[in-house]
Amino acid sequence: MQMTADGRITSQKDTAKTASRDIYLPSERKTIAGGGTPHVVAKDFSIYYGEFEAVKKVNADVLSKYVTAIIGPSGCGKSTYLRAINRMNDLIPSCHTTGALLFDGEDIYGKFTDEVLLRKKIGMVFQKPNPFPKSIFDNIAYGPRLHGMNDRKQLAEIVERSLRKAALWDEVSDRLDKNALGLSGGQQQRLCVARTLAVEPEILLLDEPTSALDPKATAKIEDLIQELRGSYTIMIVTHNMQQASRVSDYTMFFYEGVLVEYAPTAQLFTNPKDRMTEDYITGRFS
Amino acid sequence: MNVGTRKILNRSFTAVGIGSIVVMGIALLIVIVPIIYNGVGAVFFTGTIEHRNMLYNEFGEGDEAELAKQNAAAGVYRKEVYAMLAGFEAELEAMESERQQEFRSKYGSVRNALTALMGPLPGDTGAMLTRFKYGQTRWEKAEEKLHEFLYEAKWDYSDPDAMAKEYYVSRAAEFEGTSLVKIFPYVEKHLEEIMRPEFTIYLGFLTDSSVDSHIFGGIWPEIQGTFFLAIGAMLFAFPLGVIAAVYFTEYAREGLFTSMLRSANSTLAGVPSIVFGLFGLAFFINTLGVSESKSVLAGSLTLAIMILPTIIRAAEEAILSVPRTYKEASLSLGSTKWNTIMTVILPAALPGIITGGVISLGRAAGETAPIIFTAAVSVGSAIGLADVFSSPTPALSWNIYNLASEHEAAAEIRHVQYGMVLALVGIVLLLNLSAILLRARISKKLKG
Repeated sequence: MQMTADGRITSQKDTAKTASRDIYLPSERKTIAGGGTPHVVAKDFSIYYGEFEAVKKVNADVLSKYVTAIIGPSGCGKSTYLRAINRMNDLIPSCHTTGALLFDGEDIYGKFTDEVLLRKKIGMVFQKPNPFPKSIFDNIAYGPRLHGMNDRKQLAEIVERSLRKAALWDEVSDRLDKNALGLSGGQQQRLCVARTLAVEPEILLLDEPTSALDPKATAKIEDLIQELRGSYTIMIVTHNMQQASRVSDYTMFFYEGVLVEYAPTAQLFTNPKDRMTEDYITGRFS
Repeated sequence: MNVGTRKILNRSFTAVGIGSIVVMGIALLIVIVPIIYNGVGAVFFTGTIEHRNMLYNEFGEGDEAELAKQNAAAGVYRKEVYAMLAGFEAELEAMESERQQEFRSKYGSVRNALTALMGPLPGDTGAMLTRFKYGQTRWEKAEEKLHEFLYEAKWDYSDPDAMAKEYYVSRAAEFEGTSLVKIFPYVEKHLEEIMRPEFTIYLGFLTDSSVDSHIFGGIWPEIQGTFFLAIGAMLFAFPLGVIAAVYFTEYAREGLFTSMLRSANSTLAGVPSIVFGLFGLAFFINTLGVSESKSVLAGSLTLAIMILPTIIRAAEEAILSVPRTYKEASLSLGSTKWNTIMTVILPAALPGIITGGVISLGRAAGETAPIIFTAAVSVGSAIGLADVFSSPTPALSWNIYNLASEHEAAAEIRHVQYGMVLALVGIVLLLNLSAILLRARISKKLKG
């Protein structure tokens, strides 16, 4: 069974045509022109840590340019699923996968897939802000430099553009040569977003990006996600259900490794189809 | 557990902790204070005119006119002494043969004691070794020699069950009734005029070569040799160690092979250093033939093998302590593993790696056993940089041992030995201090 965000059950052949379908959106959210094509497609996709099956046979399309939230109790496999998309799980030796996970139609775990190129296209922001112990400028320029950009003027442009996109430019434009570790936690996290944007990815994966931040910094990150919506396909793992309902267009609910429900956010939070989802979002378990 | 017991336990734990720190501090003082006190004495001491003559003749140091003036002033008193000796020698010739025989042997030892004190006497044949060309260069040694001149040491074997006892007989009493009896009070009274003690700062101790196997002169060849060996060892061990650590932490898959490599590394760290020394001789010199005989190169290689495990462990720890998030961040930006290691992990691990490296450098500078068979010689001059592939070198650690145990005049030059010990401790301390400063600087730069 192939699940799509609008709850329709589609056969695998149909996925190519989903670009033209009308999808349910909360009324206050605008439809994004050119968006809505399946960007990351999972087919019977499972992730194992050794013998343990952490994510079980997920079938889901993540739609381009929209924001998709992943919620679920701790240990349900939501972070594992997110990290599988840009192959960060490769760092764990015992981790392996079955089934297929497609990015723009290409198998992420294919034999000939270059994970370095893949990660360039699929950027990630982590739970704890993790700027390098370098200057703000060097942090942003790190990615472009890796990919062969050495012209100081062009780099400066990229740095400015990325910082503006991440709504950080006004706060740090006068101290680009200062160490990034001197910034506040919220600023550091936006710096990490800017650093990811500097390599011009197509997908932005956010792994609980606000769990280490105070409410004010959290609000800024949420605003930032709204700004970026429409330009990037965004996937965000969060523990905070209010956050998921505020920032996302679609929501996935994972429970014990199973993708229980995947629906437009408004629908999932107001009218969940599955009993488990309802229990979780009403706080009966967490 | 009630509050009272807890408090008592806390207090007693604190007391034991402070106590052990105090004990450690005292132990450190007991070790360090004599080293500093005696070692400083090699540079700052009360030197005699013999020291100044030696410096002028052997190293061309000092003011010629001033020295001539001092020699002339001392000469006045020395001539008196020489005259007394000549007078007694004439008297000796006139004696009847039996008495002459008795005094002649006694006179010989008087003359030897006097030579040791103030240098060659008129009528002595030219000295072969430099050490016999001068009297005592240090005032405290001169006073010792004065005592030997005034009193003859004898041993009392009367009690067969006990150890023999040393006792002193005044030479003046032995020469009672001859003209020589005047010489003893004269030398005792005018010792200062004869030797002209002056407070001396001999910085050349650190920069001069030694003369006549450390009887005179400085320890520069040893200091230089120590630097050559330690730095040479680092040149081999540091890059290899860091590469091995990167392999262990980033590339090696956990498995039987890796754990075997790890335990081999730990075992290597625990091998006694003398074994490394013999290995160096057998492998680098006899098997590989890196040099015909002992050389700085062979010694450096042996020391490198010895410190390699330490460097690997330190670098491994440093790399593992780099936050995982840095690595994730770099990889998620599309960086290759190699790039991540070079641009993120190694720079962040650098303070720890450098600390491990410098501690190993200190160890390489201080080790004796590995260089005994591979690099060290007891006496020699400073070698040039081009000679490191073929020449052995003196080195502080080995020469300290040599001066303490094998030198033929060990008791005469304790100050040189202490000076070497202080120099070695100073070098190691300096290296560690520079490591701490370097680390602090890099950490500060990393932390912003």
